[in-house]
Amino acid sequence: MPGGILGRKVGMTQVFTGEGVTIPVTLIKAGPCVVVQKKTPEHDGYSAIQLGFEEKKEYRFNKPLKGHFARAGLKPLNVLREFRVPDSGLYQIGEEIKADLFKVGEIVNIVGISKGHGFAGGIKRHGFHRGPMAHGSKYHRRPGSLAAKGPARVFKGRRLPGHYGTERVTAQNLEIVRVDAERNVLAVRGAVPGFRGSLVMVKNSVPARS
Amino acid sequence: MNLLQSFEQEQVKKDVPGFKPGNTVRVHVRVIEGSRERIQIFEGVVIRRRGMGLGETFTVRRVSYGVGVERTFPLHSPKIEKIEVIRRGFVRRARLYYLRGLTGKNARIREKN
Repeated sequence: MPGGILGRKVGMTQVFTGEGVTIPVTLIKAGPCVVVQKKTPEHDGYSAIQLGFEEKKEYRFNKPLKGHFARAGLKPLNVLREFRVPDSGLYQIGEEIKADLFKVGEIVNIVGISKGHGFAGGIKRHGFHRGPMAHGSKYHRRPGSLAAKGPARVFKGRRLPGHYGTERVTAQNLEIVRVDAERNVLAVRGAVPGFRGSLVMVKNSVPARS
Repeated sequence: MNLLQSFEQEQVKKDVPGFKPGNTVRVHVRVIEGSRERIQIFEGVVIRRRGMGLGETFTVRRVSYGVGVERTFPLHSPKIEKIEVIRRGFVRRARLYYLRGLTGKNARIREKN
């Protein structure tokens, strides 16, 4: 089923297969999410479901948000995100979406906000090579020549030091290794963007087409 | 216990004997050769245990035909059939890397009494 689920990155560990192969996995506390709103082609021009995730104290919501949830007849939820689906008519408002949306062996994409590295140099940010650290060299971690002399300017897109991280990143084609429907935990092969505890979206890797 | 730990606990072996660096152990390893599976035994001195939880590993050193061989096993791997403790040695440190530089009589470890 296309669509997706919201979750929080728990951390990395490993899983042994029966043959003793070790698989590195990231645990994701996924859901339970609630369908808060449906977008339809007639009304919105596209088909999607809006999912809510995690409870929060009610007084922390402002009136417009409270109204949005009251309309759906639901308790206010902390996070709201939309997922494109081929036909939002298949979903009910208030319907719960849990980790068992995915099966073991399915391939997913995971969207998250990457770890922030602040103002990073060219080596960390773009994988530049470093200069010699000794033997009289004073050229250690600098970006080097910016361009050729002829054009008398620096071309756009020149990779330079600057802010790195804290951007939306999609980790593509990760395999679901374990699904714990009881505790709503997904184990996904490989690394996932962001810090432990950060919000992630788990989506089917085949894009939803309407 | 947090979620990560409880997830690991499900896979952690409960029947691991207590062994320490300095102990001599016999590790029964499952080896798959083509289509059939058999148990291979690797015996030697534990020179380190590192990590915790599911990721814990230990290293066993033995001298085989005059060549030092060290193998590092994931403690909770299903490939490890059984670990037998043969001898409990008396050592004064947790990492016995100094054994690598010693041979013959010098590489002996006193038994714990």
